[in-house]
Amino acid sequence: MIEILDTGRQALVQDLGRPGLAAIGVGRSGAADRSSLCLGNRLVANDDEGAAGIEILLGGFAARAAKDLLIALTGAPAPATVDGLPVGHHALVRLRRGQELRLGPPPCGLRTYLCVRGGIAVPRVLGSRSTDVLSGIGPEPLEKGAELPVGPEPAAYPVIDFAPVAPPPGGPVILRAISGPHAEHAVDPEALATARWVASGRSDRVGMRLEGATLEVAEGAGSLPSEGLARGAIQLPPGGEPVVFLADHPVTGGYPVIAVLRDADVDRAAQIRPGQPVRIRL
Amino acid sequence: MRVLPYGDAALLLETEGVTAEVVALADACRAAELPGVLDVVPAARTVLLVAAPRTDLARLRAAVDALEIRPAEEGAPAGTVEIPVVYDGPDLDDVARLTGLDRPGIVAAHTGTPWRVAFGGFAPGFAYLSGGDPRLQVSRREEARTKVPAGSVGLAGEFSGVYPRSSPGGWQLIGRTDAQLWDLDRDPPALLQPGAEVRFVEA
Repeated sequence: MIEILDTGRQALVQDLGRPGLAAIGVGRSGAADRSSLCLGNRLVANDDEGAAGIEILLGGFAARAAKDLLIALTGAPAPATVDGLPVGHHALVRLRRGQELRLGPPPCGLRTYLCVRGGIAVPRVLGSRSTDVLSGIGPEPLEKGAELPVGPEPAAYPVIDFAPVAPPPGGPVILRAISGPHAEHAVDPEALATARWVASGRSDRVGMRLEGATLEVAEGAGSLPSEGLARGAIQLPPGGEPVVFLADHPVTGGYPVIAVLRDADVDRAAQIRPGQPVRIRL
Repeated sequence: MRVLPYGDAALLLETEGVTAEVVALADACRAAELPGVLDVVPAARTVLLVAAPRTDLARLRAAVDALEIRPAEEGAPAGTVEIPVVYDGPDLDDVARLTGLDRPGIVAAHTGTPWRVAFGGFAPGFAYLSGGDPRLQVSRREEARTKVPAGSVGLAGEFSGVYPRSSPGGWQLIGRTDAQLWDLDRDPPALLQPGAEVRFVEA
């Protein structure tokens, strides 16, 4: 059991989501930065690298171990302490019964993952423990005082105690994309790659809005019959400010998708903070 | 059918534009268990195949080209669902004006032809129903409502649908039902499954 003492702005249970349900209007959801969640689970040697962990937005999180736990923090490098003593990132950390873990605000990146040996074992909803903030499916966002069960000890033991992984960049980020199915709905589709974008504060797990420039929508274009959406799709709404869809994107949408991020870059997009410069490379 | 690019882990299949074609294509994609595909996302004119990272899209594309697609009318519907409706919606008069039908005419048209679940989206359990009486094709309301009650039965374009839960919405509302469109304690939680046939009956 792990007791939540403080959630910061948002703390959610996330695994790798519930794929395969789009036809009944349910999106996949899951960790916004899948690779960080998987890294944390590999560090604590969970059987399933997609075991549920806690996704913490911009630090400010605190929890107490109700039994001895082995944990790893990945993603945004929020400065962490255990009973006031600093502990490392991308590293195995022992949290003894009664000890408190606290996370400060990360200097870069947006989302820190707390992975626990055994995994967070709240009940699954439609096959997943992920909270989908768009549809409301899955566990409620964590609140102070919540007590989360931890799953049984996996058979394997951790083989490394530290993973040398670069933290998310604090400066400009280049995201690689591939021209999408409806690029022609923009007057100049190449302008997506030449414009200097800035990540908007109006961004969340559903999507990251890009500001700082606008793409002109071609005359008579700009709207389509509903079409399936995927994580990483870059949609062009009528206002001309593109939206990069993230984990909790809608299942379908009616604005043209002008490009799609390379899958490997979607996780990096999920770590971009509001105000950070963004370039798209087509 | 055209295959459109959709990044390095998805393909977008575009049909000629008839919803029945989409239903048939999505059925074929699901039945074929295409290599690497995690989700089949049917929509108005397209089917999006969402694949696992590092799926060989060329191989997937070849598998799509080899699909045997049977017209939806030939495939047996995946069950029939009957939905009892009280036809007292706030937009009945507007729908009457737009279609030239009177109220009993609207009810007769809505209940007279079976609908088919074409695709989902918008909210869990919401199904876009197509294949109904073509006289019922109406545009959306000019202004969306901020709150449409759960169970509201609406029309928009060629589609009919039932709101699974209270939400904003711009469809023309013609009635309401007590049917539970979405119930997480039920298996499956969605009353309307892909490909199912839906018959509205006057309650």
